[in-house]
Amino acid sequence: MTRLEKNDRLVRLGLLMIALSAISVLAIITLFIFEQGTPIMFRYGFKSFLLGQDWYPSEKSFGLLPMIVGSLMVTFGALIIGVPLGLASAIFLTEFSHRRLTRILKPVIELLAGIPSVVYGFIGLMFLVPFIRDNFGGPGLSVLAASLILGIMILPTVISIAIDSIRAVPDSYREGSIALGATRWQTVRMVVLPAARSGIIAGIILGMGRAIGETMAVIMVAGNAADIPGSILAPVRTLTSNIALEMAYASEEHREALFATGVILFIIIMILNTIANVTSTRQRKK
Amino acid sequence: MGGQLKLQPRTEQKVIQVFMYLMTSIAVLVLVFILVVILKNGLPQLNLEFLTKNPADMGREGGILSTIVATIFLTFIALLVATPLGVGTAIYLTEYTVESRITRIIRFGAECLAGIPSIIFGLFGFILFVNKLKFGWSILSGGLTLAFMVLPTIIRTSEEAIKAVPPAYRLVSFSLGSTRWQTVTRVVLPSAIPGIVTGVILSIGRSIGETAAVIFTAGSALRMPTSLFSSSRTMSVHFYILAKEGVSMPKAYGTAAVLVISILVINIVTYYLMEKYIKRKS
Repeated sequence: MTRLEKNDRLVRLGLLMIALSAISVLAIITLFIFEQGTPIMFRYGFKSFLLGQDWYPSEKSFGLLPMIVGSLMVTFGALIIGVPLGLASAIFLTEFSHRRLTRILKPVIELLAGIPSVVYGFIGLMFLVPFIRDNFGGPGLSVLAASLILGIMILPTVISIAIDSIRAVPDSYREGSIALGATRWQTVRMVVLPAARSGIIAGIILGMGRAIGETMAVIMVAGNAADIPGSILAPVRTLTSNIALEMAYASEEHREALFATGVILFIIIMILNTIANVTSTRQRKK
Repeated sequence: MGGQLKLQPRTEQKVIQVFMYLMTSIAVLVLVFILVVILKNGLPQLNLEFLTKNPADMGREGGILSTIVATIFLTFIALLVATPLGVGTAIYLTEYTVESRITRIIRFGAECLAGIPSIIFGLFGFILFVNKLKFGWSILSGGLTLAFMVLPTIIRTSEEAIKAVPPAYRLVSFSLGSTRWQTVTRVVLPSAIPGIVTGVILSIGRSIGETAAVIFTAGSALRMPTSLFSSSRTMSVHFYILAKEGVSMPKAYGTAAVLVISILVINIVTYYLMEKYIKRKS
């Protein structure tokens, strides 16, 4: 018995080591990205990185403002498109549609979450970009095209998390509201949505993280000019595309500047993750 | 209370219902449209030759065999590394400890890892595996990078699968005098296997579709991989290059069709397993 108990203690220790792997991987990634990206930021000053408008790596000018603005613009655009569509679909599928329709559509939407991002980008390049060019003018490769593609890409995330948190609202809430004479919509608007709010917000923030972090699809439809876009029809370059476009041939300071781009991206994502984590835990506690 | 006041909420309800119906249709139609376009243009490209010949002339001619092989190798390495780590973490979290600060930190770490964009994984893999450890652009560098990427998925699904095993099973095993480890290996894991497999299959899907993390770690050399250290181009990277550089649209559609079909099959199998083994029990 003592031998078995001793083994059990060893197993526990071994498993703890393995369990720490996830957090250590996170730590190693953070360490390497910061180790590679921060020295150049200190050398040139944070201000010139965050607020500099010129990105000419060959002339040692590493202003990231156009890319930061670009990332924020396409992410905001993705939310304008993805959130209303996603929320409306989630509400429809949980509260208004026939159960059988929901049983077909929810898996279909979830399956589509698995389509690789390059495929979304390709469809955007083949259909959306020419459509925008012919109907609205400009090169077609634009903030608008990137926002639309990203808006579609975050739909599955927004829809399935919203569905889960709407379903988590106890039926007694709905029954109480309907018993008071409220219509279904009034019940949804005044009872169900407020109760599901933090889960829905967490879903939106995760979608936002997906949009900011997306690379390949954006490269294919955004045009990638390193200037602050003057309109939604102008081309745009995001933080992610800045890294992916130049990594293949960058060296020395240029490469370090790309890692600095990664540092900024990383910080934005971690802030979003933490907010999503806090809001969803809050709902669970309720 | 006039009749009109009572009618208004109902009219509102009707209007909203139609609006929601429209929005849902748009969302579903857009997603289905993507699928239809890829399959309609891609399926005619598919034949035995496309699947069994190597790409020639930068992908303009021939098939995609070497990219399929590279994708399989890369995915295999990723799972070989990530599965033991992920399942071990899940066992620790569910069987060997109670909710504490450590479990919260581990879960938070996994959640953060899940949210990190693939391009960051690509940067990291490039600096650690390709440069510092001198694996070069290779199957090994790409596979290890993907392993880190899919780790959170495997942890989460294994945890759910293990939690879905009824507590009574464990109690019976303990009452027979088994240790915790015996209980885990002989009682809990066998019942949780289908759920764990689900997570693994889900990760296969993600690995196959990944581009940004792979292109900087496995490279994009268009040849048949011969060892762990050969640089090679996966299907999704091949598709990206064909489409972005406009090398050959028919071949791009063909590659996309193979990609999308394999991922859909994988996801359908996962969905079926999930319904059967995880959701029903919990």
